[in-house]
Amino acid sequence: MSVRTALTVPRLRRLDPLGALLAGAGAVAAVFLPFVVLKSNRIVPGDPRGLLDALPAWGALGCQAVLICAAIAALGVSNARVRLGAALLGVAAVALAVAAAGDALTPAGNKVVRVAPGAGFWVLLMCLGLMATDAVTRMRPGPGLRVLFLALSIVVAGLALAHGTFDHLSVMREYAVNADRFAREARQHVWLALGSLAAAVLVALPIGILCHRVPRLRSGVLGTLNVIQTIPAIALFGILMVPLAALAAAVPLAAALGIRGIGAAPAAVALFLYSLLPIAANTVAGLKRVPRAAVEAARGMGMTSWQILTGIELILALPVILTGIRIVLVQNIGMVTVAALIGGGGLGTFVFQGIGQTAIDLVLLGAIPIVALAFSAAVVLDALAEVLDRARQ
Amino acid sequence: MISVENLSKQYGATTVVDGVSMVIERNSITVIVGTSGSGKSTLLRMINRLIEPTRGRVLIDGHDTTGEPAHLLRRRIGYAIQGHGLFPHRTVAENIATVPRLLGWDEARIRARVEELLLVFQLDPGAYAGAFPHQLSGGQQQRVGVARALAAEPAVLLMDEPFGALDPIIRAKAQDDLLDIQRRFGTTIVLVTHDMDEAFRLGDHVAVMSHGRLLQYDRPAVLLTRPADPFVSRMTGVSDRAMRLLSLTTAGEAALPGVSEGPAVAAAASLREVLSELLWRGADSAVVMDADGTRRGYLTIAAILERGRPG
Ligand SMILES: Nc1ncnc2c1ncn2[C@@H]1O[C@H](COP(=O)(O)OP(=O)(O)OP(=O)(O)O)[C@@H](O)[C@H]1O
Ligand SMILES: [Mg+2]
Repeated sequence: MSVRTALTVPRLRRLDPLGALLAGAGAVAAVFLPFVVLKSNRIVPGDPRGLLDALPAWGALGCQAVLICAAIAALGVSNARVRLGAALLGVAAVALAVAAAGDALTPAGNKVVRVAPGAGFWVLLMCLGLMATDAVTRMRPGPGLRVLFLALSIVVAGLALAHGTFDHLSVMREYAVNADRFAREARQHVWLALGSLAAAVLVALPIGILCHRVPRLRSGVLGTLNVIQTIPAIALFGILMVPLAALAAAVPLAAALGIRGIGAAPAAVALFLYSLLPIAANTVAGLKRVPRAAVEAARGMGMTSWQILTGIELILALPVILTGIRIVLVQNIGMVTVAALIGGGGLGTFVFQGIGQTAIDLVLLGAIPIVALAFSAAVVLDALAEVLDRARQ
Repeated sequence: MISVENLSKQYGATTVVDGVSMVIERNSITVIVGTSGSGKSTLLRMINRLIEPTRGRVLIDGHDTTGEPAHLLRRRIGYAIQGHGLFPHRTVAENIATVPRLLGWDEARIRARVEELLLVFQLDPGAYAGAFPHQLSGGQQQRVGVARALAAEPAVLLMDEPFGALDPIIRAKAQDDLLDIQRRFGTTIVLVTHDMDEAFRLGDHVAVMSHGRLLQYDRPAVLLTRPADPFVSRMTGVSDRAMRLLSLTTAGEAALPGVSEGPAVAAAASLREVLSELLWRGADSAVVMDADGTRRGYLTIAAILERGRPG
């Protein structure tokens, strides 16, 4: 027995509980669940196909080999880098396999037949994604590395999409049909989320500062904002319709600016209102964290109130304020979806249209980018908050 | 010179500082003592207008402090507090440069001044200029706090319990450093403390406050020998007042001309320390030596005891 086996054997024996769960679920999905669904058109229920029925043999076997490697890594390898590498290879294999299935199953020139990713694909993707996330968490990468990772993923996904790798899949078929609208609604989505965030920062930051300076106001103001948070989105849209419609009727300028009882205006106002509490509350919490002695010394040395606020207090509170902004941005990206219900536009348009037409591919065309946007926003703002916090600790 | 004239502060119906008048000499250290809540901090903070008085006024070198905006006044007055109040997101050098920057000094002058102060406070500029406050020990943080207060060469330095958070050994060192710095820069220092030993050690004058009123303001020896009020004797301590008195005189000041047997003591040592040394050694007399090694004279136990009596 060599020293190497003596070292590696006990390492393989120690089963990783999360890894075991993921490998088990992945195996069940790969064997029993349909990898893709073949539909004769976009709305009929389809014909499920396993990995082996969907791909040329060499492709199916190659994909399975990669998945088995990933399962072994999940079960028995403790090195986080190896686990991450295996998970990413698995993601690539599954993605390429589903793209290849699209190419293989679509008859040449046929624009009606749809190949949609099946439950097996989604479960595998989820298991591999969780495995990758877990590995990244164990590696504790710095904020810069996390953003780099995100950027690389976006570039790879973007290149694959631009190259047309997935063009034969049902979601991309929906995209091809809706390309113009997709760009417009995506812009509208980001615009609504960021615009309401920016307006909320402009208003909530001074509110937070005021609540910090005048403790008497604090519970009243934050309590009111908290009540707004508890109103369901749809109800808030409804409540806003009345005054906004009245405003549009009474003030021609408002109507000319596009303010109406339905549409983007009530959506933006609702998102703005929801955004106030997290930012104001985190501003108060962040300012409370600023050492009193530092502020006292700053005043004693002749800094003006403005210099103390901008040069000391807000800078020291910034990581906490950014956490609030992160909450709001992620929340807004999700909530803009609902705005589509009242004609506010955004990617939610595809989601609700898809639900209406029972066209699940159209739902995905809206849902996948929303999830990706929210995830990216969370990663970037988390990293930013951490960088700032580290510089200040 | 700082003249405090009939200064009062009221919050609603409570009077926190009540008609305090005092004249603080240039180039001296004045220590304000008193029980907690007696209005010491409030009095100090009215000097640089962190608190605006309800009545009365403060003159610095004859100029009313209300003659300019409060923040401009404060840039000319150093201010150091308990717990140092350093800015955690700025380096030691940036912290020290705060007031010079506010005053618009050019960068070269700021850099030179920061370096000078770090050296004065025994902090190697190479190692500490770029450090952040959390990387320093408590004693170092406190020194940076005082260095920052002195950065723009203020004529007046206000200190509110600056050494309150330090352990006894570091605190004694900080007190010695402060005396050195006061001599070096000739700063007029007003310092608030709870600690009577600190007051007697540092103060050229000591002000005793109680319930917002200034009970007595005098040289430490006078506070001991002629207290104006029973509260003043309680503050200064009745049981060891003779020893306190001895601690106010140095061997050099008390040395008798002539030659004698006995252990050598430094001229800078206090009579209290000399007495302790003689008791410890079982000797009756000591030779007083200057720092350069020349004989200043001698002291006997009897001569020392003579100095421990009032009047
Ligand atoms: N803003 C304020 N409003 C009302 N009362 C105040 C205010 N600031 C201080 N006081 C009261 O004034 C009194 C004197 O306070 P001050 O801080 O001057 O005392 P101090 O002698 O420095 O006490 P300590 O030794 O505890 O620091 C205290 O009783 C305090 O409660
Ligand atoms: Mg005080």
